[in-house]
Amino acid sequence: MINDSLWSIFVNASLINNFVLAYFLGICPFLGVSGKLNSATRMGAAVTIVMVISSMCAYGLHALLTVINAPYLQLISYIVVIASTVQIVEMVIKKASPALFRTLGIFLPLITTNCAILGLALFQTNKGYDFIQCLIYALGAGAGFTLALVLMAGLREKLDLVSVPDLARGTAITLMIAGILSLTFMGFAGLGSH
Amino acid sequence: MSQEIHHHNQAPVPAASDTQDTNEFIKGLWLQNPVFAQALGMCPVLAVTNSAQNGLAMGLATMFVLIMSNILVSSLRAFIPRQVRIACYILIIATFVTAVDYIIQAINLELHKALGAFISLIVVNCLILSRAEAFASKNTVSKSFLDAAGMGTGFTIALLCLGSIREILGNGSLFGWQLFADNFENWIVMILPGGGFFVLGLWVLVFNWLQQRQENKEPPSHD
Repeated sequence: MINDSLWSIFVNASLINNFVLAYFLGICPFLGVSGKLNSATRMGAAVTIVMVISSMCAYGLHALLTVINAPYLQLISYIVVIASTVQIVEMVIKKASPALFRTLGIFLPLITTNCAILGLALFQTNKGYDFIQCLIYALGAGAGFTLALVLMAGLREKLDLVSVPDLARGTAITLMIAGILSLTFMGFAGLGSH
Repeated sequence: MSQEIHHHNQAPVPAASDTQDTNEFIKGLWLQNPVFAQALGMCPVLAVTNSAQNGLAMGLATMFVLIMSNILVSSLRAFIPRQVRIACYILIIATFVTAVDYIIQAINLELHKALGAFISLIVVNCLILSRAEAFASKNTVSKSFLDAAGMGTGFTIALLCLGSIREILGNGSLFGWQLFADNFENWIVMILPGGGFFVLGLWVLVFNWLQQRQENKEPPSHD
């Protein structure tokens, strides 16, 4: 049923159906952490790692839930897995690189409530991807999220240097720019093979 | 969120009068509107508001989860250990979201398909978790209920504002009723993702403008 090539899954997740700009997932960090290019890159990397791990776990969980025939537990078990993954990633980063841990600060635990990650787990289940396809899908989604965040951060750093009307400063102008970015990304629609 | 905590530290505790209870309800409607003022729970706001009906349904579903989880969190606030509170809140929220998911599927299958994964994604709506953490875990059940009802209504109003503008411009209709004659050219862009960002940006702009006008009115100076 699903025989998309791995490359088309990757392009689809990262560009054509970009999680932030086409599916509106992960808007909160997109608006919150995109002020500085530096932290945007790091945030993107952390989210990608959590995405890959939790997508793997979600694949296993879905298989288990199908065996014991309890689909109604899907949502609850996914969110528990994601919360634990974030906790583990947090501990590992704290141990391995205290500097990075300090830079990410509060945004690290907040990855738990990043809907892009839960959305990824739900979408891959709906699409019926196999293990390798899930892995590629997660990598593509992470790459797309990072790309959107970095683009936005770059634009906002430039925006600091120009004069914006007082009224539009902050959320309003950021949303307008996001809208233009989103329109730009629609140009990638032609890349899809189907 | 921090603004919210601050507000409650200042509030006079003993004067638990009716006016204060209504304040808990009113504040969520406009002044601290979760979408326009606090920018919380943006993902569903943008994703499902391509028509007024979808926006309304999403708003009501979120309001239900918000009220139920606020009540439960508030009534269990003495029993939940501080260290694991966030995990407990998320479990409570996930349970109610699963219920809502099945209820909508039973009532209206079309709507369930239109909203798709975004019903499940109510779990990670930061609005709900932030109300549980900032309000329900510190206040009585009745106050938490009022707070949830107010915030939920504010959220629904915001979704309706967005959904109707996008449907009117993008599809020439409102709640499925055709508004314009045939020669109206639909602004397709408004239904597309980009339009969601534009319309929300405009609403935030309008909100800021009204807010600023109100502030300017108090000391009678320049317009």
